[in-house]
Amino acid sequence: MATLTTVGLIIDALLALGLMGLAWRVLANPDLFKAIVLFIAFGLVMALSWVRLEAPDIALAEAAIGAGLTGALLLGAFAKLRNAQTVAAVETSGTAHGTAHGIRSIALLIFILLLATGLGYVVWSLPAEDIGLSDAVAAHLDTSGVSNPVTAVLLNFRGYDTLLEMMVLLLALLGVWSLGDTAVHRESAPDPVLDTLSRTLTPLLILVAAYLLWAGAHAPGGAFQAGAVLAAAGVLLLLTGWRLPAALAAQPLRLVLVAGPAIFLALAVVTLLMEGRLLQFPPAWAGRLILVIETAATISIGVTLVALFRGAPPADEDRQ
Amino acid sequence: MNAAFFYAIAGVVLFSLGLHALIMHRHLLRKILALNVMGSGVFLMLAALAKRTGTTIPDPVPHAMVITGIVVAVAATALALVLMLRLSAATGHAVLPDEEHE
Amino acid sequence: MIDYLTFVLLIGGGGFFLAGTVGLVRFPDVYSRLHALTKADNVGLGLMVAGLAVQAESWAVVGKLLLIWMLVLLAGASVSYLVAQGALQRRIRPWQR
Repeated sequence: MATLTTVGLIIDALLALGLMGLAWRVLANPDLFKAIVLFIAFGLVMALSWVRLEAPDIALAEAAIGAGLTGALLLGAFAKLRNAQTVAAVETSGTAHGTAHGIRSIALLIFILLLATGLGYVVWSLPAEDIGLSDAVAAHLDTSGVSNPVTAVLLNFRGYDTLLEMMVLLLALLGVWSLGDTAVHRESAPDPVLDTLSRTLTPLLILVAAYLLWAGAHAPGGAFQAGAVLAAAGVLLLLTGWRLPAALAAQPLRLVLVAGPAIFLALAVVTLLMEGRLLQFPPAWAGRLILVIETAATISIGVTLVALFRGAPPADEDRQ
Repeated sequence: MNAAFFYAIAGVVLFSLGLHALIMHRHLLRKILALNVMGSGVFLMLAALAKRTGTTIPDPVPHAMVITGIVVAVAATALALVLMLRLSAATGHAVLPDEEHE
Repeated sequence: MIDYLTFVLLIGGGGFFLAGTVGLVRFPDVYSRLHALTKADNVGLGLMVAGLAVQAESWAVVGKLLLIWMLVLLAGASVSYLVAQGALQRRIRPWQR
């Protein structure tokens, strides 16, 4: 088995080098479109690295959100930018011009090199074995209500962070909605292949999201990964030109968006009143409570991510 | 020689590359790309250092933090992109106003 | 014995992926690149799925692996069609010798 560990080491070295090389190409490529596409590839190689680092939950989240959704957001913004400007203006990589800035760029380079060397040295001199918190988590895992340690940490031990994270998602959506103009939607028949693809995939994606949500309790998965798969279904529908009917786009949409954080917050207040500590789940109820929170969170996260991709707020009747 | 340290050093390099690009480039979309690369570097460092537990499972707390970070990063990217589009619609270039005249 | 079969299938799948990537890099225009990519990658993934299915503990896992392969086939075919459509609309001519 020694050959297996050497092969593993070689793969790890190759992946790490590949990541650094890809990042260089992403940041130094003069063509912005190529840079964005390379960034999506970078995200997928990162997903491979997460698998090598024994972090399958992160791999799922990175592939769906980090590579997929971020790539879709970047490409959409690039397309809107290119429509509004001449191509030449967009392609400007715009590094500082003129020799007066030569000194500044050299100073910046030296600073970055010093920072990188210092950080690298600090990281390298860390102890090779550090048990961290994995023992503490393993000791309390049976009182947490789930058997996947990452889900236990996310929704029970560090549930407060997850509550705040969902608030952050909602805040970002509020920001995007206050800044975007209500887009005019032109009715156009989608390409029949795209149409068929979305019709086939959307129910399957919803099923996969439900499976990921359920499996998150005992296997890699969970609310964020399931929400990201739901968001993928929503983005696919948006790309075929489908829009939410106006009746659903006003109150029901806002209700669904708020439902996840609201239920989580309500549970936090209830546990505060009943147990004296915020988000202190009683061990007998913990599994069921986590499932309730995760279900609401999945739907909210999926809809929020789709709304973030759409960018424009839904047209309101009482808005001028 | 732990394999996890390869990734931790790669994370440091990613962070530095991203920071350099963030300061050097003027176009806002490139700055957003640089921010994302920096974020990925930090996540890589966190998860790589979480693998040092020896024979037991990797430390799940940094994993949870990284998942949280990925979701927050996508939310911040979405908001940053909308800001960039607004700025470019208002001024005509996707460049910060104080850097436009350099 | 099963492990050797898995080994052979996985390496074979990897070889097909390598061939597809060489095609992506070396072919002269977008249409031939799409052709190389989707065909080679589908077969490569099929071989890898077969290699993993041999190791599976239950038929449910085999079913899930096959579903993954079907989904990649579906998505790959549709997306390559859409990319070729987009290229045609941008008047990119197929490479003539």
